Amino acid sequence: MSKGSPISPTLMASKAPAAAGAVTKKAAAKVVSATSSASPVPGPNNSVDAIGMSGSQAIVRSLEELGVDDVFGLPGGAILPTYDPLMDSDRINHILVRHEQGAGHAAQGYAMVTGRPGVCIATSGPGATNLVTAIADAHMDSVPMVCITGQVASSVIGTDAFQEADIVGITMPITKHSYLVTDPQDIPRVMAEAFHLATTGRPGPVLVDVAKDAQVGPMTFSWPPKIDLPGYRPTVKGHPKQIREAARLIALAQRPVLYVGGGVVKAHGSAELMELAEVTGAPVTTTLTARGAFPDSHEQHVGMPGMHGSVSAVTALQQADLLVTLGARFDDRVTGVLSSFAPNAKVIHADVDPAEISKNRNADVPIVGSLKEILPDLAKAVAEEFEKAGQPDLGPWWSQLNRLRDTYPLGWTDPEDGLSSPENVIKQVGALTGPEGVYVAGVGQHQMWAAQFIKYERPHAWLNSAGLGTMGYSIPAAMGAKVGNPDRTVWAIDGDGCFQMTNQELATCAINNIPIKVAIINNSSLGMVRQWQTLFYEGRYSNTDLNTGHNTRRIPDFVKLAEAYGCAGLRCERDEDIEATIKQALEINDRPVVVDFVVSPNSMVWPMVPAGVSNDLIQIARNMTPQWEEED
Amino acid sequence: MSRHTLSVLVEDKPGVLTRVAGLFARRAFNIHSLAVGPTEITGMSRITVVVDAEGDLLEQVTKQLNKLINVIKIVELASDASVQRDHIMVKVRADATTRLQVTQAADLFRASVIDVSTDSLIIEATGVAEKLSALLAVLEPFGIREIVQSGTLAIGRGAKSMSDRALRSA
Repeated sequence: MSKGSPISPTLMASKAPAAAGAVTKKAAAKVVSATSSASPVPGPNNSVDAIGMSGSQAIVRSLEELGVDDVFGLPGGAILPTYDPLMDSDRINHILVRHEQGAGHAAQGYAMVTGRPGVCIATSGPGATNLVTAIADAHMDSVPMVCITGQVASSVIGTDAFQEADIVGITMPITKHSYLVTDPQDIPRVMAEAFHLATTGRPGPVLVDVAKDAQVGPMTFSWPPKIDLPGYRPTVKGHPKQIREAARLIALAQRPVLYVGGGVVKAHGSAELMELAEVTGAPVTTTLTARGAFPDSHEQHVGMPGMHGSVSAVTALQQADLLVTLGARFDDRVTGVLSSFAPNAKVIHADVDPAEISKNRNADVPIVGSLKEILPDLAKAVAEEFEKAGQPDLGPWWSQLNRLRDTYPLGWTDPEDGLSSPENVIKQVGALTGPEGVYVAGVGQHQMWAAQFIKYERPHAWLNSAGLGTMGYSIPAAMGAKVGNPDRTVWAIDGDGCFQMTNQELATCAINNIPIKVAIINNSSLGMVRQWQTLFYEGRYSNTDLNTGHNTRRIPDFVKLAEAYGCAGLRCERDEDIEATIKQALEINDRPVVVDFVVSPNSMVWPMVPAGVSNDLIQIARNMTPQWEEED
Repeated sequence: MSRHTLSVLVEDKPGVLTRVAGLFARRAFNIHSLAVGPTEITGMSRITVVVDAEGDLLEQVTKQLNKLINVIKIVELASDASVQRDHIMVKVRADATTRLQVTQAADLFRASVIDVSTDSLIIEATGVAEKLSALLAVLEPFGIREIVQSGTLAIGRGAKSMSDRALRSA
């Protein structure tokens, strides 16, 4: 398709926030809050003069103008009109998935590594409902994503037409916003609004459902459109008074902890976090979604908190007198029984979403805004406060935490059945690949071990389904991550259960030259469920045996399955082969690699805070609690 | 549990009522009454919703409502700083022998008779919820055949306008 009128050089300059052109100024006037970009319309903001085209051409053209390079999708009846002009786009690379859920998770993975919105396309009815899990996942983990679905023609909406589903209604509770487009003239504005909404404030999924007649119908396209969102004004800058008050509390605290959540990663605020951490000298914990936001190797990092967090991180939060909460949301998997969580701590809570403040835990000092802006302001205020009031001595606090860190490091005991320990496999994958790799986990034991035993040194290197806990996330999300970061080694660390939910995307990877690496941590069972059955259901293993591992019928045989999909298939069953197998997998870059790591089904994730009890009752192994000092 | 009146200024877009009502349902709030209608500004509607909720939960649901893209502004209207009215239409049994008594009862409440037939009257009344239930209690002995009632409408006292302020900040 033609690229339309030439790019105006003066408007090109408006990409730089300082030199906003006339058009962008006009558009920016609608937005009150100080956003960092000059125009709310994402992308290069090229000027396109009015040109006639169809609605479906306008969808493709809008994607191009928004700066989209890669989209994931699968066509069908109601989205067919849009797939036709998509074929002619020389800018947009469409990747044909094998299941729409894969398109959704791929868009998530793409967004997580690039920070740019992921885009997926599906048809009406079942195509759209297959996206639902990925949309819910993106909503829980605040992933910027735009989903475009075809809808039946507006004349038959509501008649139970073939492949009709009210996807706007279905996804209302799990999207940041959604649109049903029945007039093709609305397409550029809706697309620009969708991308603006998905990427600003608290990021999230936005659904654009386009009726077939709106795709086919004629419209006049021009760019940039005028965004009209009077009810959407996310706060960017933190309130100076609150920031000063937060600094005052930090200067008074004897046992402060930085409780860092995924919001810091979403805000691209790792450098700013480092500044604040080093100014305060306080211990830093990174939650499951924040792994890598602060380097694991930094001496102030005390670990991941939560149900399977390290003793030092869990205890740091429990015994803190001040929680400096940064883009975290007091999730139940972090707090345990809420009423017993960090009982003596005051709470500073900085988040871009005002609805998170005091949702679960009351905030003494709320700060609403982007972490990108708040963190440097807070670091500056803390430095000033320290100069004025003196820096508190955190020596006793650190000696307590250091003792815990030294006494209870993360570790494991090798299984007694002679099979490989899954922790060892995952640790070696991380060690041999290094911190420049991208690691994408499914959900379950392997996810926790991958969070624990891989060392993360940079943000956007660790992807998982944290809030929703979606088994099957890993393979398609790794595919999306590899498309977004083609030069990085991308590992899907998956379980044998998770892998069987979405492995058809290996075909997509093989055919489109997306050479991901898959480590199946094959314990032949739904491991996390099995662990709970071991611990809480007297070892009655109801429906958790998958028969994929050692001494089973191996259905499916993962090596054969990999080969059937055009991937390299490797199997590793002995400890002495682990290193060589990983190295072999790292050397194969012309196709995806699937490694079947056969491991023990008896390994369990430790430490663990059993569900429904206080974090004080953390166990380092079955029925073993840490030895607390008298004063603890 | 206490009763609160929220005024929600929204864009007049398809699905906006579903989004608002769905949010209340999702957070397990019981909507006591709901009234929706256009405002003095084209393209803006106002939803008056009366809910039973504890203070903390109400704050949370208000924040969640504010996250809805089509919601422009939310204010809680306290009963002493606002005027609140319900509207009711009641069909009452009334023949030649009781008609006068019924109309007199209606007069006491400054209600009006808006339809008459040989054996019934329709009475229309406006007022706070307490007044309307008192009216119903008086009409009850005559035989109430049918009731239809609006949600509560509420507006802040004084010169300030909710939509005025909302649009100035937009």
